[in-house]
Amino acid sequence: MNSNSTKKLLLGNEALAQAAIDAGISGVYAYPGTPSTEITEYIQRSKTAKELKIHSQWSVNEKTAMEAALGMSYAGKRALTVMKHVGLNVAADVFMNMSVAGINGGLVIVVADDPSMHSSQNEQDSRYYGKFAMIPILEPSNQQECYTITKYAFDLSENLGLPVLIRMVTRLSHSRAGVITGNREPQNEIHLSKNPKQFQLIPMHARGRYKHLVDIQTDILEISENSNFNEFKKGPNTSIGIIASGIAYNYLMENFDGEKCPYPVLKISQYPLPKKPIKKLFDTCKKVLVLEDGYPFIEEAISDFLGENRTVIGRLSGDIPRVGELNPDNIANALGFDVVINDKLPKVVSGRPPELCVGCGHRDLFDAINALGKEMSSQQVFGDIGCYALGVLSPYESINTLIDMGASITMAKGAADAGIHPSLAIIGDSTFTHSGMTGLLDAVIENTPITVIISDNSAIAMTGAQDSAASGRLISICKGIGVDESHLKVITPLHKNLQENIDLIRDEINYKGVSVIISQRPCVQLPKEKKDKLNELKKVTLN
Amino acid sequence: MKINIILAGVGGQGILTIAAVLDTAALDNKLNIKQSEVHGMSQRGGAVQSHVRISDKEIFSDLIPQGKADIIISVEPMELLRYLPFLKEDGFLVTDSNPFINITNYPELEDLYKEIKSYKNSILIDAKQLAKDLGNSKATNMVLLGAVSSLLPLSDESLQKAIKTLFERKGEKIVAKNLEAYEKGKEVAVEFIS
Repeated sequence: MNSNSTKKLLLGNEALAQAAIDAGISGVYAYPGTPSTEITEYIQRSKTAKELKIHSQWSVNEKTAMEAALGMSYAGKRALTVMKHVGLNVAADVFMNMSVAGINGGLVIVVADDPSMHSSQNEQDSRYYGKFAMIPILEPSNQQECYTITKYAFDLSENLGLPVLIRMVTRLSHSRAGVITGNREPQNEIHLSKNPKQFQLIPMHARGRYKHLVDIQTDILEISENSNFNEFKKGPNTSIGIIASGIAYNYLMENFDGEKCPYPVLKISQYPLPKKPIKKLFDTCKKVLVLEDGYPFIEEAISDFLGENRTVIGRLSGDIPRVGELNPDNIANALGFDVVINDKLPKVVSGRPPELCVGCGHRDLFDAINALGKEMSSQQVFGDIGCYALGVLSPYESINTLIDMGASITMAKGAADAGIHPSLAIIGDSTFTHSGMTGLLDAVIENTPITVIISDNSAIAMTGAQDSAASGRLISICKGIGVDESHLKVITPLHKNLQENIDLIRDEINYKGVSVIISQRPCVQLPKEKKDKLNELKKVTLN
Repeated sequence: MKINIILAGVGGQGILTIAAVLDTAALDNKLNIKQSEVHGMSQRGGAVQSHVRISDKEIFSDLIPQGKADIIISVEPMELLRYLPFLKEDGFLVTDSNPFINITNYPELEDLYKEIKSYKNSILIDAKQLAKDLGNSKATNMVLLGAVSSLLPLSDESLQKAIKTLFERKGEKIVAKNLEAYEKGKEVAVEFIS
């Protein structure tokens, strides 16, 4: 039980991960996704975690991750489950239901939101999910709080018998600061729930559990109202009162340059929204400015629906831009400071969007697909989530859709059902095992005329080349799903194979049934040893 | 005492090595630090930046407000100018002169250099060549760090110590090369910073 009072320089994500280890977790379950990935990676690298045999292997997707975390909690041990915001959509089924069932060992869900969509398709705000499931939400404002809040979250989870949601945002996940860490708690022993029926959500039990969840809402609110993470700070100038949640508090305080904020401020890092201090703010101030990263979650909740002169301003009123992340400057504007937000750059500065790495196998695959231009337009190519999504951009422009994990196959199927032919899906190896396999089964059942290209780089490349669950398993998975072996092909995307690959893809798209082409070449970001190992694996699976 | 630094470059160019030296030196001096990074999609050959803030007082924002950066250090000349809205009126611009051209509309180098030189306090150096001459082109970043070292609130000794700490596990030779590169940067910057 070592205590360490010297500061360590940690990313918000790393501070959170260290706290989970120190809170005595027995496992972390996650699927990589920016900006959440470093939490699990920190635990995977941690010597302490290894010694303590903390489970940290990546899961196949967020749903399997959260369910496994629930299983560990069922056994009485503490578990952490981690994902990016859109990953919670994948896990929403277990998320909503385990809130009704409740937990046994402490269970904390960390969801990292991505306001401004630095690496995402949307900027959905996970606080709505927390409210939807009626569970406590914690929203740290700085790296030290990431540590403190995470340790607290496990205790809170066990005290209430509920999962607890921690909401992170990109800028906190990916920013470092000195963090003081504390003592390490021992792991829980296996102990089963005293109420075994809680996990049997047949309607007659579920009704009771749901009633219980509703009944304890008053307790959860009371805890939030007394929480040290929600803090009312007095200020002499009551012309305006400010609510600042999570990281917004930092951007607010930045504007006073080390001086005290002259306005009353309610800093919020725990939900449900504490009623008492909000009432106090309304009672003392003429209007209330809400600063929150993401959606106008608080602003909407406290806005004046019935027009009783409770003036609330924020993103909905236009004082803060409705979309995009907060920063010190857009908050300065809302505070009425004279700041001109300057986006003008000298003419010599051109945009530099991300691009596929030099030597990447996806490039050679796109070359082959683009060569089919006369037979098929890019509007018949359905894409998916991963590095190859960059194929929508110039110079390739080979892909026409990008919606959610796995949608390439199922959208191609629907389009084929509608009469589009050829209909081509491009999906990465890890995205395929994450959410593509079930869609392929849909297509196999009807022998729908689609061609699925699994662009297999044997890595979860976009998030940092983590191990892919698909490595060495794709052929047997496709066979097992029922893909006709005469239409299950493997190609190597290299320039020297271009003509051969074009011919093969052409043959398969002309086939009026399900065909799968595995385009196989390891990610260039992988270290050499890993590539060699994968090449060995490939030989074995092909024989 | 407070300093705001923006590090700029293209994903994969390793700007975080400079950040790591600054962080290590600041932490060693018991100063507060906040340092943001870019992970994810932009890392693939896109524009990346890191905000480094060091202070003896509490630092709130992880992001530097516009017009508050004391120094912008870039490992690529066009990327230097991308963050101009953040530069203080009398702030310093320091960059390696070697372009990283992975886009079709990259500006003419002559125009780019002319633009950079039009700002007062701008330092344009061929850091890559200087590092190469010393026998380690990978130490380009340390030449740039050396060039700005006199502007930092961190002592020369603590920066050198941080370089040693960071490169220690790569062996004595690498440590020595990086220290030489750092010294070289100090030397060439003298003519720009008086």
